[in-house]
Amino acid sequence: MIGTALTDLWYGFGVALEPHNIVWCFIGVLVGNMVGVLPGMGPLATISILLPLTFGIKPVGAILMLAGVMYGAQYGGAICSILLNLPCHPPHAVTCLDGFPMTKQGRGGAALGATVFASFVGASWGITEMIFLAPVLVRVAMEFGPAEICSLMLLGLLAGSTLARGSPLKGVAMTVLGLMLGIVGTDIETGAERFTFGMTHLDDGIELIALALGLFGIGEFMNSVNQVSTVNAKYANVTLKDMRPSKEEMRRTIAPMFRGTLIGSLCSLIPGTGPTIASFVAYATEKKISKTPEKFGTGMIEGVVCPEASTHSSVQGDFIPTMSLGIPGDAVMALLLGALMIQGIVPGPQLIKEHPDIFWGLVASFWIGNIMLVILNVPLIGVWVKLLTIPYKYLYSSAMFFVCIGVYAANNDMFQVGETAAIGFLGYVLLRLGFHPAPILLGFVLGPRFEENFRRAMLISRGDLTVFIERPISAVFVLLCVALIGLQIYVRLRGPKKPLVPVLETQGAE
Amino acid sequence: MILFGLVMALKGPSYRLGTLMHMGPGFLPTVLGVILIGLGIAIAGTALATPEGEDEDLLPENPEWFAWGCILASPLAFMLFGSYGGLAPATFACVFVAAMGDRGMTWKQAVVLSALVMVFGVALFHYVLQIPMPVLEWRGL
Repeated sequence: MIGTALTDLWYGFGVALEPHNIVWCFIGVLVGNMVGVLPGMGPLATISILLPLTFGIKPVGAILMLAGVMYGAQYGGAICSILLNLPCHPPHAVTCLDGFPMTKQGRGGAALGATVFASFVGASWGITEMIFLAPVLVRVAMEFGPAEICSLMLLGLLAGSTLARGSPLKGVAMTVLGLMLGIVGTDIETGAERFTFGMTHLDDGIELIALALGLFGIGEFMNSVNQVSTVNAKYANVTLKDMRPSKEEMRRTIAPMFRGTLIGSLCSLIPGTGPTIASFVAYATEKKISKTPEKFGTGMIEGVVCPEASTHSSVQGDFIPTMSLGIPGDAVMALLLGALMIQGIVPGPQLIKEHPDIFWGLVASFWIGNIMLVILNVPLIGVWVKLLTIPYKYLYSSAMFFVCIGVYAANNDMFQVGETAAIGFLGYVLLRLGFHPAPILLGFVLGPRFEENFRRAMLISRGDLTVFIERPISAVFVLLCVALIGLQIYVRLRGPKKPLVPVLETQGAE
Repeated sequence: MILFGLVMALKGPSYRLGTLMHMGPGFLPTVLGVILIGLGIAIAGTALATPEGEDEDLLPENPEWFAWGCILASPLAFMLFGSYGGLAPATFACVFVAAMGDRGMTWKQAVVLSALVMVFGVALFHYVLQIPMPVLEWRGL
């Protein structure tokens, strides 16, 4: 098995090392790193903006680039939180706790250096996990009939919406809303128009790009306009020389790094628990097993390295269910799946077999991309820090243009620009009401496939709902769903006493 | 919050497209509608159950009506100018309108920024990516 995995990987490197693929991968990580550093621009918004640009590229290049944005942003986010105490992206919120004090002590450079190193280790582990686990998962998934796929999707949707940030109830409501939005348009089986309200423009359904850009572009801009304060770059003078951690720091880094990696990879295996939860758990664990827990928060390098390693290992691990089962764990993954679908590739267990170039190319490009990021981050740290001083007022207004042209270019249709504005408004209202819009996207991407498989399962079983319980694999998934809901209710009733929950909630409110 | 829950609950039934026939096009929407009604009631219920005083306000502390208006108007400006004038004026209008939303933005800065983005945008999208949209053209109303 290892042998085949290695041959496949070799093949993947062949794909990823093709000149144009390297270029796309490089552009992806570069842009990702950039937006990771910039406050107020998340990977979600960036991937949505870049999505229309990928139509002209081959699917492999497109997915390499978009994935590059995603993990590139994780590197950039660390810079921001360590040097400026700005948790631009939720997973890095805990990095601030010890990272910024280190910066104040003049050890910011060392913290960054150790972070880059830990990130690389974490990511490498995540990739390795992907190489060996994904084919196994696929073999299992090949046995799935429509009923199994259906209940698996149900589990994915539930996990994605309840374990994410904010209230689980609201999360589920948003997922259902997303499913409904996915229904808009012409029904695939009967051809009946649904929810088009007589508008022929809506016949093809709501465009994924319009939805993503509306929710995460316009909605976010509205949320943060005139809110982003100018950054204080007082401590941000870091040169290459500062980045080498001392021997003592190096020694203290190793063990937390591996612990973080392990936590991250475990978290990525549970659908719905993305990098944010992984980094919080990692920090808490590190604090608990430390001999000097009281020192945490004053600039302990362990508290920087462990969450960062776990973030990266879980980011890479998140690709496993997405690529092998076609079930995205969070909104970013949903967006990537959407990008694949736009390219005409059906995600699911058959993906690895039918498009080995995409899967193995992606895996190999992770490594290449991560190496690129290390190279980009270490000597060029000064450039990234400079980027932080770009005022938001220039940023978001230029981004608006990219939003508009992106939506227009997707189908050459002006109507969709208006659609995006409307969705953006809706997204902002929802955000203010405490509904996080990310699960909408999850529901939207999975919705049509869910319906299709549900219908197929019903056809096979002649409308008998018990098929979901009678088939063993499906029953396990359904049981897990029930357990998940039960657990949520249990936690609710006991009251949110856990220290982790409030921190996550405040993050969600941002 | 409560209002929103009610709106959701009211929205549900209007989505009942078709009947519960055997896997017709209306089946899933109906089910989802019912689920959403339930969730709406549940959310409204928890909102009622929790004591007042939490920040459940629809508006943030200092509403930015002007900025929001500008951001929403920006795609509309793009639509309008894009339909009647081509890519260049559409880009300019879109960026300009959005930029004016920020309080710290001056007219001059906005004009310069819009012009820059316009040049860059036209170069990238028209000449490199070949978006089928005229750069400058008066199509009349």
